[in-house]
Amino acid sequence: MEQVLYTIRENVPVTAEVWRMVLAGDTGAITAPGQFLNLRVPGFTLRRPISVCDWDEGSVTLLYKVLGHGTEAMAAMQAGDKVDALTGLGNGFDTGKSGQRPLLVGGGVGTPPLYGLCRVLRREGKEPVVLLGFGTAGDVLLEKEFAALGAEVHIATEDGSAGRKGFVTAVMPELSYTYLYACGPLPMLRAVDAAAKTGGQLSFEERMGCGFGVCMGCSRKTKSGSKRICKDGPVLERGEVLWEEQG
Amino acid sequence: MGRTRVTLSGWELDNPVIPASGTFGYGLEFAELYDINCLGTFSVKGTTLAPRFGNPTPRIAECPAGLINSVGLQNPGVDHVLAVELPRLAKVYRKKVIANVGGFSVEEYAETCRRLDASDQVGILEVNVSCPNVDHGGMSFGVSPQAAAQVTKAVKAVTKKPVYIKLSPNVTDIVPIAKACEEAGADGLCLINTLLGMRVDLKTRRPVIANRMGGYSGAGIFPVALRMVYQVCEAVRIPVIGMGGVSTAEDVLEMMLAGAAAVQVGTANLIDPWACKRIIEDLPAAMERYGMDSLEEIIGGAHHG
Repeated sequence: MEQVLYTIRENVPVTAEVWRMVLAGDTGAITAPGQFLNLRVPGFTLRRPISVCDWDEGSVTLLYKVLGHGTEAMAAMQAGDKVDALTGLGNGFDTGKSGQRPLLVGGGVGTPPLYGLCRVLRREGKEPVVLLGFGTAGDVLLEKEFAALGAEVHIATEDGSAGRKGFVTAVMPELSYTYLYACGPLPMLRAVDAAAKTGGQLSFEERMGCGFGVCMGCSRKTKSGSKRICKDGPVLERGEVLWEEQG
Repeated sequence: MGRTRVTLSGWELDNPVIPASGTFGYGLEFAELYDINCLGTFSVKGTTLAPRFGNPTPRIAECPAGLINSVGLQNPGVDHVLAVELPRLAKVYRKKVIANVGGFSVEEYAETCRRLDASDQVGILEVNVSCPNVDHGGMSFGVSPQAAAQVTKAVKAVTKKPVYIKLSPNVTDIVPIAKACEEAGADGLCLINTLLGMRVDLKTRRPVIANRMGGYSGAGIFPVALRMVYQVCEAVRIPVIGMGGVSTAEDVLEMMLAGAAAVQVGTANLIDPWACKRIIEDLPAAMERYGMDSLEEIIGGAHHG
């Protein structure tokens, strides 16, 4: 973890609810796709944890959904503004176990961290298959960008306005893959876990306090003991996940 | 260093700044960020006899000047703390720590403290009496002078280490409880714990926190904490560690003028992981600005004249 004072290079809407923020500054603390930044938003006590969509040596791209007052304040920030961020948080995805043809399943705003993962997998010479689920055609994120990386892309929407009508789990049985990576809302993760035919890694979301492992605000029970989603996660191995009631 | 030195029950601290329990884990995450030996000491994550997962999530709710938490004393249990956490800490931290202890019966408090008494790394036992008394209808030990005194006596009987009782602010009058602990043999007091609070999510129309209510902490509670420290320091002779919303070096000075012998910093660590280091570095300039030569001589200064 490092604290970096980033400069906003771009902050623009990409759909009705999702914005893209590109931050210029040191990204040396980001070591794996699926990690996140915790941004200080002026006027708010807690930082906002936002997953890394992509990064290079001098910039990091975030896609975030405007959900409440904090993310509304983020959307009001302007290019040139400074943002205090804790960066390189969380474990991120491990690409070592992916095999040649991993399946990347994203749901809604859980899609962005899979983009950085896809880029790393492609660089490693792998042939990822990407399956993304959204509510409607206007919500679809990153479809062209994944295709531009050379991935095979499948889309599902609940209303059928883009791709297959229904949930991602309707498409999963038709795909062949060597490993699973998934990020999205809890019900989606659970359904994807139940449908999966291989080992895999799931990225979880939880309301956080500190974001770096000390407040125990985001704990989740697993088969290998209690895990802090912010520090031991957000990515958990499929085999260790417990779906029972927590607490 | 001499100008910021303070003493707690004969234990000399380089400075009065102490990260509060539950906001600093067992120190390791912070040791990666800065040399935590700069701290006066720190209070480790609240420890109970048996391991506890704690409450369901969400456990955190944001407030304009703080946050509400309902973690539920998640911890790996005292034996794991003694066997794993404290030895691991010893590799990066040379000083003694404050061991924060929770419990759900008088016997449990005593047994956990008896086991912690064996560790040379523990300088003070900080007994959190805000936990529910399971044997007596679930009311917090800390709301009754008798129950708080009972815990104090039971813990004092099993340890030679100084025993500091961490008091709950969720009471009509904190002073009789503080006095009851002093009379029962407490070596010091720590106050305040979090204030019971709640938020409702306007979209779901349900409490934000799964457990509905939680402990409110952060800058917003500082004036309440300062007032209670002031009131308790009027009434007792044992040292008081002041805490509640402390975020700056000037807050530390205010707490000490109200009577605190040392000061804990909690929620500020969660927002700025370097908060305690920054406060310690800011102390000499803040003292200079207000004409304070040494911290020990300002303790309780607001009570005079």
